Amino acid sequence: MGTVIFFDALRTAIGPTAAAYALLAVGLNMHFGYTGLLNFGQVGFMLVGAYGVAITVATFGGPLWLGVLVGIAGAVVLALILGIPTLRLRADYLAITTIAAAEILRFITRTSGSEPVTGGVFGLRQFAGGFYALNPIPPGSYLGPLSISHGRLWTMIVGWGLVAVFTLLLWALMRSPWGRIIRSIREDEDAARSLGKNVFYYKMQSLVLGGVIGAVGGAVFAVSLQTVQPDTFLPQVTFFAFAILILGGTATWIGPIIGALIFWFVIAGMQSALRRLSDAGQLPEFFGSQAVGATTLTFVGLLLMLLMIFRPQGMFGNKREMQLDVK
Amino acid sequence: MAAVTRLSLLVLLLVGALVAPAFAQDGERIRGQLTAEGEGVPDVTITVSLDGEPVGTGVSDAEGEWFVDLPGPATYEVTIDVDTLPEGVQLRNPDRTTLEIRVGEGATATALFALGEREEVGPILLQRIAQNTVNGLKFGLIIGMTAIGLSLIFGTTGLINFAHGDMVSMGAFIAFFFNAVLGLHLILSALIAVIVGAVIAGAIDRGIWHPLRRRRVGLISMLVVSIGLAFVIRHVILFYFGGSRRPYRDYTLQTGIELGPIRLQPVEMWVMGLSVVILIAVALMLTRTKLGKGMRAVADNRDLAESSGINVERVVLSVWILGGGLATIGGIFLGMIESVDYLMGFRLLLLMFAGVILGGLGTAYGAMLGSLLVGLVSELSTVWFSSQVKYVWALAVLIIILLVRPQGLLGQKERIG
Repeated sequence: MGTVIFFDALRTAIGPTAAAYALLAVGLNMHFGYTGLLNFGQVGFMLVGAYGVAITVATFGGPLWLGVLVGIAGAVVLALILGIPTLRLRADYLAITTIAAAEILRFITRTSGSEPVTGGVFGLRQFAGGFYALNPIPPGSYLGPLSISHGRLWTMIVGWGLVAVFTLLLWALMRSPWGRIIRSIREDEDAARSLGKNVFYYKMQSLVLGGVIGAVGGAVFAVSLQTVQPDTFLPQVTFFAFAILILGGTATWIGPIIGALIFWFVIAGMQSALRRLSDAGQLPEFFGSQAVGATTLTFVGLLLMLLMIFRPQGMFGNKREMQLDVK
Repeated sequence: MAAVTRLSLLVLLLVGALVAPAFAQDGERIRGQLTAEGEGVPDVTITVSLDGEPVGTGVSDAEGEWFVDLPGPATYEVTIDVDTLPEGVQLRNPDRTTLEIRVGEGATATALFALGEREEVGPILLQRIAQNTVNGLKFGLIIGMTAIGLSLIFGTTGLINFAHGDMVSMGAFIAFFFNAVLGLHLILSALIAVIVGAVIAGAIDRGIWHPLRRRRVGLISMLVVSIGLAFVIRHVILFYFGGSRRPYRDYTLQTGIELGPIRLQPVEMWVMGLSVVILIAVALMLTRTKLGKGMRAVADNRDLAESSGINVERVVLSVWILGGGLATIGGIFLGMIESVDYLMGFRLLLLMFAGVILGGLGTAYGAMLGSLLVGLVSELSTVWFSSQVKYVWALAVLIIILLVRPQGLLGQKERIG
């Protein structure tokens, strides 16, 4: 049974969902890790990216590339709307506003009033055909014991490819003069301001960039699942992304990638183990599927607490980069 | 972490181990869905009885879905409580409030209540405004009670406690445990729950936050820790009590009383009256007692308070105990007028944030005022707009107030910069 669980865990850890979460975490790294912005509504950007694709293709019959562009444009608009009132205030105001905005978006997509456009609580499907039509991989099962289908392999390659592209982009940006200003804002906003830098302007650029990366993550998520539903975009998704970022190492280029791999390996391994034990009758009777989910999420909460208390720099982080405080 | 936290977690787990088997979900069940005009009708109470003896109650969720687990195969009477139907929604056949449903071994049977058109009668608009104003006040009072703790904790320690909503659910479920599982009366269960909730909140401060403050952990790190804690509380509740909505055992099937244009159940009047009394008591405590003055002093200027001889850590502990007690009461009141479920506190948290920021972060009176306004805005919005988006208006108020007056109605300007 051990090997089965190991392969279950590995399949999820390198899968397209993990890649989507890695993109969310790359975006959060831009916000939280480098700039010190507390974005608790990354799932809102993800929702915009996912629904940008789904609405453009499924509701209006547009092409997929246009859908991705719509999602990105939506993320830019959302970042501007969120940033203008809150970026001049303390970091925790942004936190509350972003989590509220993400919930507003979820409520609006799921109401019956917006059903003609968003599909309401049922969501939308049949928008990812264009993506799978481009698949150059011949049909079959790949990667030996993981038995990954050619369609899944294609989304994995594109998903992790995008993770690589944005990781490289951030890596380069953070070594540029722009990146140094961004980091100086995190360290001491007033110092940056007294050097004549327009702090608000730079924070806004960071919010937009990280949000766009989150929206791309949403698009990958939607295309890989081939369906979108409003209630997959719960606030806890943002906190998963935070756990991934902190686990891997905040303000490091590799952190989101390592974090996503380990996080999903552990979560999927745990769920697979609990489920198999439960099916084999080795757990108490009340340990149903709901209890498996609840146990895993309790574990995520404990992980987040313990990491933040005992190892805030994560696996690869530098402790000096993680001395954030509300100013 | 300190032994206290470990102990309280252990207690939670032990309590849960006793409870969980009571909610095993295989076996007989009656379910149904209530819809009017294609929309689910939430918060309607349905009672299932066997030979006149009630065996369970269900409350419909946001989609109008409800279910009741049964003790065994039999023919049950399923009764819909028409007083819990929202304004203007009626049974298509008003005489069919009770259905007889036969349930076989291990089966799930469906009970269908057909709901008719929303009938608009009389000078509807004014009546609906009056009714929704009262509902808004009721809801706002509950938000306010829970938000005082959130605001005072922020004021005294700078921490935005993301676990505060889940402290509300925890309180509601402690009462639920004593009431529905152990069979105590709700009033007794509530009194026990308030004490337990306050003690757990104090233990959380001593066990987690006090050591973190001593280690000078940054506020953002503490905020992330509070999110982790919220996750733990929320999903421990989910683990032991399941994800469905459950009502308390007492005061559930009450007939509404007409008061001019509005209709209220006695339990709702009690909840509102007690909320007002408790809020006044808290306000008096804050202005008249030494401890209350200490709380306001620390919230106003921590360093000044410390140098004038106030034991800041003791004040902070009292704020947590007070906040935990108030959160528990709020949770129980919310459970009494609606139902309890593991996400109730998290839903409330965003409204608490809206109330606290509207009133002014860190102030107790601001939290009360802001929360009342948030309650009013969300309930009054349903007069003109769909009730599915009523929280959106409350959250929109939050964003607008940040644009126009970020320090809130009663806040001081230097807090925000």
